[in-house]
Amino acid sequence: MNLLSCSSNNCVSSYSLLASTDLSLKSPKTSIELSQLGWKQRKGFESNRSRKSSIVGYYGLKRPPYKLDALEPYISQRMIEVHWGGHHNGYVEALNKQLEKNDVLYGCTLDELIKVTYNNGNPLPEFSNAAEVWNHDFFWESMEPGGGGMPTLGLLQQIEKDFASFANFKEKFARAALTLFGSGWVWLVLKREKRCLAILKTSNAINPLVWNDIPITGLDLWEHAYYLDYKNDKAKYVNTFMNHLVSWNAAAARLVRAQAFVNLGEPKIPVA
Amino acid sequence: MALRSLTRHTLRNATLGFRGLQTFSLPDLPYDYGALEPAISGEIMQLHHQKHHQTYITNYNKALEQLDAAVSKGDASTVVKLQSAIKFNGEEGGGEPPKGSLGSAIDSNFGSLEALIQKINAEGAALQGSGWVWLAADKELKRLVIETTLNQDPLVTKGPSLVPLLGIDVWEHAYYLQYKNVRPDYLKNIWKVINWKYASEVYDKEFP
Repeated sequence: MNLLSCSSNNCVSSYSLLASTDLSLKSPKTSIELSQLGWKQRKGFESNRSRKSSIVGYYGLKRPPYKLDALEPYISQRMIEVHWGGHHNGYVEALNKQLEKNDVLYGCTLDELIKVTYNNGNPLPEFSNAAEVWNHDFFWESMEPGGGGMPTLGLLQQIEKDFASFANFKEKFARAALTLFGSGWVWLVLKREKRCLAILKTSNAINPLVWNDIPITGLDLWEHAYYLDYKNDKAKYVNTFMNHLVSWNAAAARLVRAQAFVNLGEPKIPVA
Repeated sequence: MALRSLTRHTLRNATLGFRGLQTFSLPDLPYDYGALEPAISGEIMQLHHQKHHQTYITNYNKALEQLDAAVSKGDASTVVKLQSAIKFNGEEGGGEPPKGSLGSAIDSNFGSLEALIQKINAEGAALQGSGWVWLAADKELKRLVIETTLNQDPLVTKGPSLVPLLGIDVWEHAYYLQYKNVRPDYLKNIWKVINWKYASEVYDKEFP
């Protein structure tokens, strides 16, 4: 997992770097990459490759850290193509289009952009696109082929401390996911003030960054995240995520990084 | 209360349990699952009706049983059922534009049927997350309005005098299998099966 450090306190990866070095979606390299995956070329790609594009990409589409068929049979390649290439890509393009019109917001890292556009509960129109871009980047990295199982070492200790047992945590997480109504996400977060792990349900695009908490792992519960493979069987999707997909490696790395900002242990002050 | 405003459909499907509590069953669709093809695939109709709608009804019945303890929960589910009943008023070979008083009301409120459709589609496409987009008649102000509601919120939360004429479900489950993430295409095609006759009936009842 990419652990770039950056100026703001709590971002997981630096998007301002990406904006300058990553190629905008309409560049030839990305188009060819996508076509190699068998992704159908949309009209936009062809026409923008041949003429000079007046649209600059402020944010780029980040790839999942595994091949698109790597999560089979739990999440089909087809579904990842639609989810990543359709929805996630759509959010990136929509966000870039919005930023074109409003360059007061240009220059933030994605985390800062989310906090600013959340506007303390009165979100600006850019918020849902920005937050969904971030959420989906986070989500792809929260899964891995051969995932599931149990966390180890420090993460397991912290989970057992805050939830009594790993099984209890799993059950609580699944229950939160199944009682979420409408579109939204379920998160395992590290709460800054309380210095403990907690499970959070959020609606639509909202993520824990807006409350300054640190997300450790997350699950997309918008229907588009599971409908093609699981139809309306949300329970099966949630259980599959917990048992076969969730990346405890990524979660552990995030917790390690979070400890740079949140002190989870008592300070070990030697006695004389 | 909410129970008083039940439509014909739901009343017909209510049976009295032994405690005098009404339980509801899934109303049948007045057409085959495949009848709305190609605008909405048979697979979607079957899933939407037999799984989603049925689940709401099951949960509603369960909530009714706990009505003594949880009144508000019962209300929310009621409207979900009602909304589904209204939406499932699609029609085989539907899409015929409304005539009569509803037709002229549309023209005077929105300019033309095309303008209305465009506006509804724009609102539906812009809705973030899950929800519904409605064409409603405002009883007090005596005009037609377009409203959106989130999740399964009832239309009355947008105005107590609003009567729904048409509702379009824009939860992803309503179109995903066929249209994937292209919600605008779904909104464009659904007009081919919209039941304007039912909408006109409701409109004529409110404004005789």
